[in-house]
Order: sequence, then C-alpha cells, then structure tokens
Amino acid sequence: MRGRLIFTGQLAFTLLVAAFLAVPAMLSMSAGVTVNYFRGLQSGVTLNWVYQVFDLYSEAIARSLLIASATLVVTLAVGVPAAYALSVRGGRLSRLVEEVITLPLALPGLAIALALLLTYGGFGSFRRSWLVILAGHVVFTLPFMVRSVMAVFATTDIATLDEGAASLGASPWRRFRDVIVPNARPGILAGSMMVFTLSLGEFNLTWMLHTPLTKTLPVGLADAYASMRLEIASAYTLIFFVMIIPLLLLMQLIADPEQRR
Amino acid sequence: MSHKSFLWLCLLPLAVVTTAFFVLPTGRLVVAGADGPQGLGGYFAIVLEPRFRTTLINTLVLAAATTLVTLIVSTVAGLFLQRNRFPGRSVLIAVLTFPLAFPGVVVGFMIILLAGRQGLIGDLTNRIWGDKVVFAYSIYGLFLGYLSFSIPRVILTIMAAVAKLDASLEEAARSLGASPWAVQRDVVLPALGPAFVASGAIAFATAMGAFGTAFTLATNIDVLPMLIYTEFTLDANIASAAALSVGLGVIAWAILALARSFSGGTVAAAG
Repeated sequence: MRGRLIFTGQLAFTLLVAAFLAVPAMLSMSAGVTVNYFRGLQSGVTLNWVYQVFDLYSEAIARSLLIASATLVVTLAVGVPAAYALSVRGGRLSRLVEEVITLPLALPGLAIALALLLTYGGFGSFRRSWLVILAGHVVFTLPFMVRSVMAVFATTDIATLDEGAASLGASPWRRFRDVIVPNARPGILAGSMMVFTLSLGEFNLTWMLHTPLTKTLPVGLADAYASMRLEIASAYTLIFFVMIIPLLLLMQLIADPEQRR
Repeated sequence: MSHKSFLWLCLLPLAVVTTAFFVLPTGRLVVAGADGPQGLGGYFAIVLEPRFRTTLINTLVLAAATTLVTLIVSTVAGLFLQRNRFPGRSVLIAVLTFPLAFPGVVVGFMIILLAGRQGLIGDLTNRIWGDKVVFAYSIYGLFLGYLSFSIPRVILTIMAAVAKLDASLEEAARSLGASPWAVQRDVVLPALGPAFVASGAIAFATAMGAFGTAFTLATNIDVLPMLIYTEFTLDANIASAAALSVGLGVIAWAILALARSFSGGTVAAAG
C-alpha cells in the first residue's frame, strides 16, 4: 500500500516535469498552424504561417544548413586525424592539447565571439562573410568531434591495431585510411550528429558574429520572437523542430544502448 | 614518411585552426580587457564597481538556484525512471530528454508561451482569479528557462549513474533493517555524489554564461551575459566588455575544473 503511494507520487511528479518541458513545445507546434492563436484551434488550421516563414527566412535556414555542413566537413578533417594522433601519442603534450581544445566548452559563447571580433574585426571581407561564423562554430564544436572519436579509440586499443598494420608494411596514410578510420566509425558518426545539431542551433556566438546579410536559422528565430506575430514565431519554431527531430532520433539510435533498456 | 612525422602531420590542422581562431583571439581578449582607461584595474571593476557587482551577485544567485532546483527535480525523476518499469516509460524518457537539442532562444520562446503575455499561465490565472500572472520577461522567467534547459541534461546523467549503482549495497542496508528513507539518504544519495557534482557544475556554468534565453525574454534582465552584451553593442565599451567576459569565462572554467577534479569524469558546458 505504502509502496503504491510512493510510486504514484513519484509518477505524478515526473509527469509534471514532463508537462513543464513538453506543453510549451506542443503549444508552439499548434500555434504555428492555427489561424489565430488568441482564439484557439477553433479559428481553423492553416499552413499559411509556415509559408510566410519560408518567404521571410528561407535564406537564413539555407545558410544555417550550409554552415552546419561546412562545420561538419572542417571538424571531420581536423578532428579525426587529431583524435588519432592524440590517442596514439599520449603523454603530457597530448593532454595539454586536449585541455586547450576543450576550453571553448567552458567559456561562454559570448566571450569567444568577442575574442573573434576583436581579432578579425579589421579583416573586412572575412568579418562580413559567413566564414567568420564558420570559424566560431568550428571552435565550439571541434571538442565534441575529437572527444567522441577519442572515446572510441580508448576502448579499441588502437595502438596495437596500428602497430599490427605497420608490421605488415602498411604506410602511415594507408593505415589511417584502412584501419584507423573504419575502427573509429561509431565515434565519427556520433560526433558528426552532435556537431551538425549544435551548429544548426548555435546562437550565443552567432548573434555577435552575424551581419544583416549573414543571418542564420537561430538568429532568424530570435528576430521572429522579437518582431513577428506569435503564429509566425511558432511556425518557425515548428520548422526547426521538424529539422532537428530526425537528427535527435538518429543520435539516440547510435547512442549507447544501455540508456534504452 | 615515418610514423612520428605522420602523427605530427595529423596534429597540424588542429594546431592551425585552434591557434588562429581560439588561442590568438582569446589572448587578444585578455589584452583588450586591460586596455581601458583603468588599465589592469578594468579587471577588478567586476567586483569593485557596485553596478557590476550587483549583476555578478544576481548571476551567481540565479545559477545557484538553477543548479539546486535542477538537481532535486532531476534526482526524483531520474531515480523513479531508472527504478521502475511501467507502460509508457520510454515515451516519458523521450519527452524529458527531447528538449536537449533546444537552443537557448527556443527555450526562451517556450517560457514566453508558458508565462508570457499570451501565455498559458496568464490565461489560466486570468480565468480562475481574473488576474493575469505574467513573469516571463524577468529573472524568474529566466530561472524557469534555465530549469527547462538543464533538467534534460541532468536527468540523463543521473539515470546513467543510478543504472551503475550496486544494488547489493541497498539490499544489504535493507536486510540490516534500514528504513527505505534511510537507504536513500545513506546509501543511494552518497553514491550519486560524483554525478551530482558533474551535472550540477554543467548546469551552473550554463546558467552563468548562456545568452540566448535571456536575449529572447528581455534585454534588461540584470545578468552578466546581458551586461557584457549591452556594454559591447550599446555603449561600445569594448575594454569593459572584454574584462567582464574574461571574468565570466574564468568563473565558468574554474567551476567546471573543480567539478572535474572532484568527480574525475568529463565535464563540459553547452548551449
């Protein structure tokens, strides 16, 4: 009897927390397709707001996809070889390098953006292009890629595999391509999802780095929240949800199966 | 090419990118912080100047409150979800962790829908008491926003930690006659200590440094990131913005480093 009561109490509490998290998201999704949010769903269902968002912000959404893809390419090219070298070398220097590249996770995005602005504000064409946003996103997401790949190397004894291939006469480049990268696949996949999702939603850095001509999806969101009617802001949020939900589901699928028991 | 030089080659892109876009800019930021009229004194303004000090205290209180409430809520929910099997459990977990990928701006909008002018709480209180309760555009709205930002992350950490707990310890405590409450207090909660420290530090650092949520709710909320933003964009006071963001960065980094030395795990902020 008592156990039953405790169970019900805890369940009610957990449901309340879930409601706190989910109800606003559901409100937002329904508001995005409601003719008039103030009058509620009986005013009718429409896709007009969604179309209007595409009219207003399709460029920002496309730019975000471009930046997220470019960020992914750079973090792969830079992060995977680095994770390999850091894992195999070990030692003090590797730990120091790891420490430095994970520092951006501890620093507020605002500080990193300010630092980039102070350093590259004078380089007009770089400052005005989307490349400065790319630089910020790479700095911010690189540690996720490096750590994700290193985590796989830590469990597969990559050094022994590497030495084995070397003793068979494989060149360093061939070993990297045919032994290291295939073994790192789960980490590369998880890291890629993480990097892409983070870049797509990044605001703290991007708000400081963007110009009126280089708005991204989240910058557009902030703009819509501040100056558009609630239905348009909601429709835009709905589009963002539709974009990230497949990414999230994929991430959960490749995440450690222990969590899904 | 020798193995050793290949490894150096692998590190080269990382060295170039990190140096150009992180190490040099951060160095520039630290120098800029001491470049104002007060020189190095600019760095002490964060505690000496009353206006900055009030903001710093506000931010610390907000971050501490967020951390405390997030830990309590997530522990109750996380323990429950990991210990019980019932229909709908996986859906509930999905709902609780789905907001993990919401950027701060979206979290801010969620709070506006909940407690803003056209929000749910205002609507309900208006119907019940005829008085609209609206608190989204204040530090209370920000607190609510950081809760919904942090709870999903912390719940995941706590659930993973609970899954790794040694059930035989609780068994032993029970067989020695400990009450269910005593088992929780003396066995379960202490064992979750490292998870509390690690995830609490992340919640704290995020609540200190995040910017998007506050920006969406109201630009006049008196917290450190908003102060830096207004110093930089509205007052064009670059030295003080730089000094404040270095100060904010040092606090956030120190808290995470401290937590890491306690819990031994990997700790990082996000968002």
